[in-house]
Amino acid sequence: MSALQDKYKQLIDTANASGISNLQVQEEGNVLHIDGEAPDGATKDKLWEIYGKTDPDFRTGDVLMNVNVAASTGSKAKVTTDSTNLNIRKGPGTDQPIVGKAAHNEIVTLLSKPNDQWWLIKTDGGAEGYAYAQYLSPQ
Amino acid sequence: MKMIKIFSSAFLLMSVLLFSCAPKDSDVQVKVNEKFTASPNLMGASATVADGVATLTGEVTDEVAKTEAEASAKDVKGVKSVVNNLTVTPPPPPPPPMNVNPDSALTQGVTDATKDFPTVKASVNNGEITLTGSIKRADLQKLMQTLNTLKPSKINNQLTIK
Repeated sequence: MSALQDKYKQLIDTANASGISNLQVQEEGNVLHIDGEAPDGATKDKLWEIYGKTDPDFRTGDVLMNVNVAASTGSKAKVTTDSTNLNIRKGPGTDQPIVGKAAHNEIVTLLSKPNDQWWLIKTDGGAEGYAYAQYLSPQ
Repeated sequence: MKMIKIFSSAFLLMSVLLFSCAPKDSDVQVKVNEKFTASPNLMGASATVADGVATLTGEVTDEVAKTEAEASAKDVKGVKSVVNNLTVTPPPPPPPPMNVNPDSALTQGVTDATKDFPTVKASVNNGEITLTGSIKRADLQKLMQTLNTLKPSKINNQLTIK
């Protein structure tokens, strides 16, 4: 086991035991890449908590953890902004025009996941477009 | 009558001697397993020996190794025959190469990710994201989570945390 995998043993062990699908743990250029899909938000939070404990303030930059919460098309997601509305945009990018808004804590429908950052959603009010995935929690 | 007694005891002695000439199953088993452990492609194989019959179980990565294990076991003195129950399990395919996003895509992604954190400055160079400026402690993990999904090769976090 490499020094890096040893350092993040708890993180890797937890990832292995948490039912992450397509889990991949690889090293490249002294950076540990952890990829996969978590069954729920709590699992993802748990992994980040362990990562944050092992490397306080994420200073070392020796881990890239791309673990997202599994969410299938047609499922519901909650808008988890701090307090504000979530912009719904015409295309995937903050340079795209805003076509609608979803309220804080509103439940929206996930139409597709074109990438890990931008998801295509639809509100019950009918607004449809791309929203930033960071503020959406699959239900 | 006396002759019969002598003959029978001689016969008994001979059969004991003959029997003890054959290596013990347990010793044979150890020898076969030692051979397996010693060769890297047969690590997954193990043998049990009973009445000189070696039964091989476990996994090897290809048919060549399976045949080799059988031959290797037959070579051991005391093995009369081999029951080859080894299964062939091909090794998993190598993981796909790590894909790092080109700087143009990273820059776009970083712009989106830092939009709500105006005190954070970010630059992208050769697949690496470097963060400077400052951030609230409560927001750090949120930002890092998003940046981690952008597929950079590294994130240099030089943020001042307030």
